[in-house]
Amino acid sequence: MSKVKSLEELMKIKEQALQNIKMREAGKRGKIVVAMGTCGIAAGAKDTLKAIVEYMNEMKIDDIAVVQSGCMGLCEVEPTIEVALEGQEPVVYGNVTPENAKRIIQSHILEGKVVSDLVVKRGEV
Amino acid sequence: MALKTNTILICAGGGCISAGEESVKQAFERKLKEYGLDTVVSVVETGCMGACSLGPLAVVYPDGVYYQKLTPKAAEKIVEEHILKGRVVPEYLFEGEKEKLTIKEKEPAEIPFFAKQVKIALRNVGVIDPLSIEEYIARDGYFALHKALTQMTPEEVIKEIKDSGLRGRGGAGFPTGLKWELARQQKSDIKYMICNADEGDPGAFMDRSILEGDPHSIVEAMTIAGYAIGAQKGFVYVRAEYPLAIERLQKAIETAHEYGFLGENIFGTDFSFDIEIRIGAGAFVCGEETALMHSIEGKRGQPRVKPPFPVQKGLWGKPTVINNVETLSLVPPIIHKGAAWFRQYGTEKSPGTKVFALAGKIKNTGLVEVPMGITLRELLYDIGGGHPQGKQIKAVQTGGPSGGVIPAEYFDTPVDYESLGKLGAIMGSGGMIVLDEDDCMVDVAKFFLEFTVDESCGKCTPCREGTKVMYDILDKITKGEGTMEDIEKLEQLAQVIKDSSLCGLGQTAPNPVLSTLKYYRHEYEAHVKDGVCPAKKCKAFISYVINPEKCVGCTACARVCPTNAIHGEVRKVHEIDQDACVRCGSCIEVCRFGAISKVTPAVVGSISR
Ligand SMILES: Cc1cc2nc3c(=O)[nH]c(=O)nc-3n(C[C@H](O)[C@H](O)[C@H](O)COP(=O)(O)O)c2cc1C
Ligand code: SF4
Ligand code: SF4
Ligand code: FES
Ligand code: FES
Repeated sequence: MSKVKSLEELMKIKEQALQNIKMREAGKRGKIVVAMGTCGIAAGAKDTLKAIVEYMNEMKIDDIAVVQSGCMGLCEVEPTIEVALEGQEPVVYGNVTPENAKRIIQSHILEGKVVSDLVVKRGEV
Repeated sequence: MALKTNTILICAGGGCISAGEESVKQAFERKLKEYGLDTVVSVVETGCMGACSLGPLAVVYPDGVYYQKLTPKAAEKIVEEHILKGRVVPEYLFEGEKEKLTIKEKEPAEIPFFAKQVKIALRNVGVIDPLSIEEYIARDGYFALHKALTQMTPEEVIKEIKDSGLRGRGGAGFPTGLKWELARQQKSDIKYMICNADEGDPGAFMDRSILEGDPHSIVEAMTIAGYAIGAQKGFVYVRAEYPLAIERLQKAIETAHEYGFLGENIFGTDFSFDIEIRIGAGAFVCGEETALMHSIEGKRGQPRVKPPFPVQKGLWGKPTVINNVETLSLVPPIIHKGAAWFRQYGTEKSPGTKVFALAGKIKNTGLVEVPMGITLRELLYDIGGGHPQGKQIKAVQTGGPSGGVIPAEYFDTPVDYESLGKLGAIMGSGGMIVLDEDDCMVDVAKFFLEFTVDESCGKCTPCREGTKVMYDILDKITKGEGTMEDIEKLEQLAQVIKDSSLCGLGQTAPNPVLSTLKYYRHEYEAHVKDGVCPAKKCKAFISYVINPEKCVGCTACARVCPTNAIHGEVRKVHEIDQDACVRCGSCIEVCRFGAISKVTPAVVGSISR
């Protein structure tokens, strides 16, 4: 670590660290729920979860919480995820492979467009 | 650092560690690994979260759900249910949060324990990873130092502290800004800044919590103070009983060096400052400022006469400022956000917040930080949760051995330096021991006097001899041998010791006696005149007796009695031999039929029916 000399450098460290801390705190713009029931895990939900986290990290998205839930009861289309953005109807996606997860983040989270070919259900499960 | 879906903050404060935090943490980590979640969920150890009696505690973010009384099994369940499935585990939810069964329906601020608190000194304790300088910076750490060094003159820094009205949290409440100003005005090439982390008051542990949970705040504050007074060297005097605090502070000092917040030319300015840790053996008197300085100099930790004051002639004869840990922890936010911001909390003469360590007969024991001016009632009932068994709280003892008791009828008094002082108690360092009807006031006074007698350094006679005589009189009274003259003598002695002792230890030692005499003289007199201990606490005045109507003869009491004082046949009424009974109280606890009671005055000799 080189010595900090300016306010700008201090700000940079702060922003970096804040990103990490923010994830702990409530008050997000929305959340992605990954179904992690036994069937989901068997269908590869862990890889999906990892991909989501890594991609969000890459895209510097820090106002979306990623949480895990139990089985949503949609075993035949696992892995499933639910994307719930503030003020919008939640959308459940099926067959979310790591690649599909990236598509969903890119399109739904970043551009606000629902990925219709993967939608299983709209509204509360 | 990779993005994490959840963070589990687990309290690694002293209370939680002794309640088994380590094994809980290991259970969390093991389970997370089992589910392959160790890379996306992080487990972070923090400093004390304040509710030590409910430890080990953990908070699961992003939901902000508090869990209490954790065991390794609980940790496993939380991973399986909460982390994996997003379902809150109700049985380990924090008290008062029980109704919150689904995530995100209720923010932690709505729990009364948290709602009335304002955390400034404890702002980071229990929130950040104390070993991470980045997390400290993320919470505006070192911004105040930058501001002070690059945008303010030392005089402006002092003015900001003066305007904030900050007063020392170490006991006496001396205005911090004034102390700094006096030191600044001294002409000397060498000056010193000392952080007093001796924390001797029984029951108080806020300083330890701050050092363990937020060590950088002390490094930052001391550097700001050093700049303000013109010192280049600081010492933190910590007692050896605080190894974790020492370790974390050491680490904080090292990383601050790496980042250039300590050492030569801080932030590229021409100000240089360094901090050393000095470890004290933990004698109470070493917390007194002149004794503390002697101790740092390698001499015996004995106080000397003031004046000259430390700001004039301190460490090695040089001008020295000495501040308490909690006082210092308030400095960076004041510089960063301004005096006016700080003043929005507290009262005109006691601005800001104060940390209290609640102990004794109260539901939520632990650390709380509240705005000054809050009433004792709010503090004890809304935040403290009242008596654990819902009994009446009789009084509260504040200020440790230098303090006094405040009876329940004064619980609407605001908590600030003046109001407590008027009642004959003091704020002190913030220890609060809650007493109920089972606490005898003579015994309480005796407890603190015993502490003083042990801790008197022996340098001056009134303190060395006088406190011992006072103790002996109290002891006599609790043993049933006191006279009315003794009570008078106690009062006179108290006054003499107060006036003639050399240092604060002796000068304040009589306070517990004087304040209990002031409000509970009748309890003293009951001991002397009536042979009664109203609280049924002093062994000389009580007996344990068995009510023949209720006794079913289960023999539980006879089996537990250490002196075989209880006789009786199975299924027949039992009886206590008063001569053999040592009044340990074991029998009353095991009797499931409520047949044993404690009575005062004592029943003399064996009772035969
Ligand atoms: C017997 C005695 C013990 C003391 N113990 C402590 C202590 O443990 N910690 C502390 O900060 N101040 C203690 N003090 C008060 C210090 O002498 C000093 O006033 C204080 O550290 C100043 O800091 P402040 O102005 O920030 O409160 C003690 C005073 C006396 C008389
Ligand atoms: S424990 Fe109670 S009921 Fe049993 S013998 Fe003793 S006094 Fe009687
Ligand atoms: S108080 Fe203790 S010593 Fe006395 S009778 Fe009960 S158990 Fe025995
Ligand atoms: S030590 Fe954990 S809450 Fe105090
Ligand atoms: S009488 Fe003692 S257990 Fe029943």
